[in-house]
Amino acid sequence: MSGAPVLEVQDLHVWFDLGQGRELHPVQGAGITLDRGERMGLVGESGCGKTTVSLALMGLLPPNASVAGRVLLDGEDILAGGEETLRPHRWNDIAMVFQGAMNAFNPVKRIGDQICEAMELHAVARGRAAETRCGELLELVGIRAERARRFPHEFSGGMRQRAAIAMALACNPRVLLADEPTTALDVMVQAQILQLLQQISDDLGLAIVLITHDLPIVAQTCQTASVMYAGRIVEVGPTVALHDAPRHPYTRMLFAATPDLAGTAGVVSIPGAPPRLDRELAGCPFAPRCDSTFATCTERLPRLLPVGDDHLAACHLAAGHLAGRPA
Amino acid sequence: MSANRVRDNAVFAALRGSPQAVFGGTVLAIVVLIAVLASWIAPYGEHQRVGEVFAHPSTSHWLGLDDGGFDMLTLMMYGARVSLIVGFAAALVAMVIGGAVGIVAGFFGGKIDTLLMRLTDYFLAIPDVPLMIVVAAIWGRSLRNIILIIGAIYWTSTARVVRAQVKSVRERGYIRRTRVIGASNTRLIMRHVLPQVAPLLVATGVLMVAYAIFAETAIAFLGLGDPSAVSWGLLIENAFSRDAVTVGAWWAIVPPGIAVAIVVVSLTMLGTAIEDALNPRLRVSHVSVRRFRLRPIPPPREDA
Repeated sequence: MSGAPVLEVQDLHVWFDLGQGRELHPVQGAGITLDRGERMGLVGESGCGKTTVSLALMGLLPPNASVAGRVLLDGEDILAGGEETLRPHRWNDIAMVFQGAMNAFNPVKRIGDQICEAMELHAVARGRAAETRCGELLELVGIRAERARRFPHEFSGGMRQRAAIAMALACNPRVLLADEPTTALDVMVQAQILQLLQQISDDLGLAIVLITHDLPIVAQTCQTASVMYAGRIVEVGPTVALHDAPRHPYTRMLFAATPDLAGTAGVVSIPGAPPRLDRELAGCPFAPRCDSTFATCTERLPRLLPVGDDHLAACHLAAGHLAGRPA
Repeated sequence: MSANRVRDNAVFAALRGSPQAVFGGTVLAIVVLIAVLASWIAPYGEHQRVGEVFAHPSTSHWLGLDDGGFDMLTLMMYGARVSLIVGFAAALVAMVIGGAVGIVAGFFGGKIDTLLMRLTDYFLAIPDVPLMIVVAAIWGRSLRNIILIIGAIYWTSTARVVRAQVKSVRERGYIRRTRVIGASNTRLIMRHVLPQVAPLLVATGVLMVAYAIFAETAIAFLGLGDPSAVSWGLLIENAFSRDAVTVGAWWAIVPPGIAVAIVVVSLTMLGTAIEDALNPRLRVSHVSVRRFRLRPIPPPREDA
């Protein structure tokens, strides 16, 4: 991949204060590198920190959260000054389509007014100019401009999702975080929305992080994918490489747990559940559920190391030939 | 059950952490204790003349004597009984009437709602004090009647608040789902709606006790109280009508007034604290205020 990355997240940590001295550590040093126009899937099962990562990038974590790490937007660390340095970039440079965004519209205000509101709040455009741009944005997501005068309940679920995407694009962001943008939509609409995201990213050079646990969606939409487990990225690489030659057992088992169209392989579930994140774990967090553990796994935390072209994995097995596999 | 217990513990933890709840609760507990133990801890008997009319406060009579030569401190302790009984009982009456009207109106809606709400408006529009005077005059001056009168006047605000909450709860997904499963209206109300509005009822109920104690004092002061039941309001009324003011016997009037004020303030503090504890979102907004803290990046783990 060429050129400087548009977004680079390094060592991102998030903690939630649970009161009474207890603390949750749902993101434990996650890293993401995103090139201009790149579509990256962020996958992993529920509770592994995907949404928390995106909320941290937007600065939308609840008040009991604390954050550490670097979020480099075109080389500038926008997390360094907390909310103060993040605010100018929120929606202007990094926008988000929320989980269930189609239900995030105010039912008593017209769709167009709500999209214009986003532009006015960020001083992108106002008045007639905002209305014109709102029409263009709606056309861009495949809704006729005059529908801006409609109310949210007059839109179908798919249309509302498109409108939510239009709203996210209102300020010409460089990065779009899409958190489960297609849940609660039927497969036909889902395919349309994904196609739309692909097209927008190609046309506008918009980098997209697609958060989902639906691997086929990632395979269909994204060039690269990052697999999260227990608050860490355990494998990252081109989608094809991850699918054809996963180097982390979790990735391999995730794909095995996805039904394929031919139905030949059968579906294999991963036994157990993700670990609790309110205390430090020794060794590899996946070790208790892994099918190929050996002694080192329970003693040392595997680091994210290169295992191929643009392909990294955090597994003692994968890194064996590089790090010197212990007996 | 266990989920409820966790929630209850959280509510109590929130209350313990709130200075106004601790203060209000403690003061209230002390007053209740005094009221309960009045016959044991009071220095003199309730009907015992111990000295001259309007005698000054002294070491043997800390709050002096009243218009009949009774010990004020003793009467204050017995008065706490009547004031608290009337306060809690009248609040209970108001809660039951208001809760029932609010739930029925909010849950069934339509004509029933309109009918009950117009009735509520009617009661809201009646001036409290004249109604109390009229009803007390017709029914007679007994403790039971005073409780019923206060309850019958103060249920309106509870009914309105509960109705609004029920209207919102009724539309929630789980209520509709339960109806689809085949639950009767009674079951829906008792098992699914009532638990949702119960915290609201408790919070408004505590505040209602304060109103009721205040109302009882007012009624007694107007001379419509039960003459045989010594309450703080009756103490003020007696002293006032027997020229305590001209004699300069402030001790016969001021202490009962302060007692009413203290109890009403503690109840209000406790009530608002309960409201906050049951409904934390009133205090902390979740998304609108972003105040995450920054931390230094922790060093890589040693076992990495």
